[in-house]
Amino acid sequence: MTREMTGAEMVIEALADQGVQHIFGYPGGAVLPIYDAIFAQKKVQHVLVRHEQGAVHAAEGYARSTGKVGCVLVTSGPGATNAVTGLTDALCDSIPIVCITGQVPTHLIGNDAFQECDTVGITRPCTKHNYLVKRIEDLPRVLHEAFHIASSGRPGPVVVDIPKDIQFAKGLYSKPKDFPHTGYRPKLKGDMAKIKHAVDLMAHAKRPLFYTGGGIVNSGKAASDLLRELVKLTGFPITSTLMGLGAYPAADKQWLGMLGMHGTLEANMAMHDCDVMVCIGARFDDRITGRLDAFSPGSKKIHVDIDPSSINKNVHVDVPIIGDCAHVLEDMVRLWRTSAIHSDKKALGDWWKQIEKWRARKSLAYRPSNEVIKPQYAIERLYALTKDRDTYITTEVGQHQMWAAQFYGFQEPRRWMTSGGLGTMGYGLPSSVGVQMAHPKSLVIDIAGEASVLMTMQEISTAVQYRLPVKIFILNNQYMGMVRQWQELLHGGRYAESYTAALPDFVKLAEAYHAHGIRCEKPGDLDHAIKEMIGVDKPVLFDCVVDPAENCFPMIPSGRAHNEMLLGDAAVKLEDAITEEGKVMV
Amino acid sequence: MNANANVSSSTSHYPAAPTAQRAETHTLSVLVDNEPGVLARVIGLFSGRGYNIESLTVSETEHQKHLSLITIVTTGTPMVLEQIKNQLERLVPIHRVVDMTLNGNSIERELAMVKVRGKGEHRVEALRLADAFRARVIDATTESFVFEITGKSDKIDQFVELMLPLGLVEVSRTGIAAIARGPEGM
Repeated sequence: MTREMTGAEMVIEALADQGVQHIFGYPGGAVLPIYDAIFAQKKVQHVLVRHEQGAVHAAEGYARSTGKVGCVLVTSGPGATNAVTGLTDALCDSIPIVCITGQVPTHLIGNDAFQECDTVGITRPCTKHNYLVKRIEDLPRVLHEAFHIASSGRPGPVVVDIPKDIQFAKGLYSKPKDFPHTGYRPKLKGDMAKIKHAVDLMAHAKRPLFYTGGGIVNSGKAASDLLRELVKLTGFPITSTLMGLGAYPAADKQWLGMLGMHGTLEANMAMHDCDVMVCIGARFDDRITGRLDAFSPGSKKIHVDIDPSSINKNVHVDVPIIGDCAHVLEDMVRLWRTSAIHSDKKALGDWWKQIEKWRARKSLAYRPSNEVIKPQYAIERLYALTKDRDTYITTEVGQHQMWAAQFYGFQEPRRWMTSGGLGTMGYGLPSSVGVQMAHPKSLVIDIAGEASVLMTMQEISTAVQYRLPVKIFILNNQYMGMVRQWQELLHGGRYAESYTAALPDFVKLAEAYHAHGIRCEKPGDLDHAIKEMIGVDKPVLFDCVVDPAENCFPMIPSGRAHNEMLLGDAAVKLEDAITEEGKVMV
Repeated sequence: MNANANVSSSTSHYPAAPTAQRAETHTLSVLVDNEPGVLARVIGLFSGRGYNIESLTVSETEHQKHLSLITIVTTGTPMVLEQIKNQLERLVPIHRVVDMTLNGNSIERELAMVKVRGKGEHRVEALRLADAFRARVIDATTESFVFEITGKSDKIDQFVELMLPLGLVEVSRTGIAAIARGPEGM
């Protein structure tokens, strides 16, 4: 139905037509007409954040935990520039976001007006696409196109920059029926000949491995279900990137744990020694590959990705398949079922024996303590006490993030929200606000570090305002732990600026925000404290004081290959494990 | 080896730069929606990802359909060239990207205007050479010529080089335009 309305009203109408229930934002001069339109309706609820970066991260958490598009509304100039970190984060991790920015009136654009910035210029490299709407007639189409582009193909952030005079202007609104762009048609179905070739390679594999990523999660529940089916059918081992955790259940015995720089020994060794690698929805990122010229030297590589530019970017692959993970997995499962293909049982048995030898090294082992809380122990206890609940985990960036990935077992997709590609410290708290907004009854925990969480601490105020009982579980080691670890290992122990000399009292800080504060310093008190945290029906800042000297292992050091991992001193020594000729562990 | 011992002489946590493959020069034809900012998207992609632009021409080619054709000459290893093509195709207003060099059967032309100043024998020689290169005189004074020359880039390079000792003042070049041979369109 076509109706006349203002540009600002069109924004709300389009959001409602797209099924948007929540939008995260912060008002300002150049978006006031849109805020006026928000004020006049009840379809879309606005969530007032404390900083625009927080708005985008909250929308990311909302999007990643629901599969819907996350929405953001900010003003021109500083509103837009503050959103840039979040937009870049969403681009790197392929999160669907529509960010509406206010802009100075069209006649002032280019005039250095108050709170003017070149928003489309600034956000061009950090969005999937962006628009500056200069005619009211274009606004309905652009708004709906933005949702289509953000959510289809490889998802990503889209910015719609709307000058204030366009928000006031009247025009005709109707929901467009289809999408006119002829240049943008993401390919969903994979090439059948290539899929057959891939399945044939898999059937003849002696040392196969699935290597999966965030693409499985983005593709939807079906992709995750089909992946589980294919892994069971084939009997192959499976590992995943940081972004892909939960797509395959961590409790299953075919699961090798995360791979990459801080992945498990068995996952990385299997990557190095496999003869057929089935990469689905992952992108051979440098945290995964390590040294490129020594990356899985003997394997045939199959790569399924919806984004053609991910293929052959870092690593040359033998069978590239462009398509959506769920579509391709469905074809693979059907081929495997119907053409009486079987895995090579004998070879697979030997391969699993080898993998079990690597597993026996217990690469995640750490030295327990009765005196001081080990950060790994904290995550283990947190997992044990929350795994039977309806739990969502977000993280900040650093050691705590890697320990969370290693020690928290994710059994389902969309339960794990973390900043992978950009590595944005400060992601976790605002992200947890978005997750809790989407899942008001669930337990939402931000596994944080004390340095990261201080970057966006103000969003605890948002959580309090909207009665969002997020739990901020801070592994407080007083250092930027990952920076400290690199300085210890690579810069001669010169800890330049990685120690925070003046940390706040997090319990008092929580009280100042009208949240609940808990401090825990002894391993013996930890379970009780975690239970208290879970039981409190408001936001909690949990200051978990941990061993400041603990390092995150295992680790692929710089410039090394997957089979040159560095293990912690608690891992089983090579000479004590069953050894294999020619494998020298550093 | 103890975990906390010195692990590596390298202090970067990024993999080393790959050993160089041979760079090739390719011409890409990029069909785009003629909308504001589309050229900025293309150029931003090249500068942001560290690709080279040797030559770039852009003009609207189909007014009714709001389509423009961008012709880019770029250099890179085969892997980089494939990335450039894929990254360009990812941009929403881009319809098609065709690697004219890879297709092998295309014509490339460039137009240049060349200003030469001189008297006497130099002037006569410049005019004689222009005739040999089929360059046209499009402006003349008693002490100068402007020549218009069309052809492959190396032909223009050669002409410009010959004009240098004869009083070359300046050159304006369009960059390369390319089209495939045969009856088929892009």
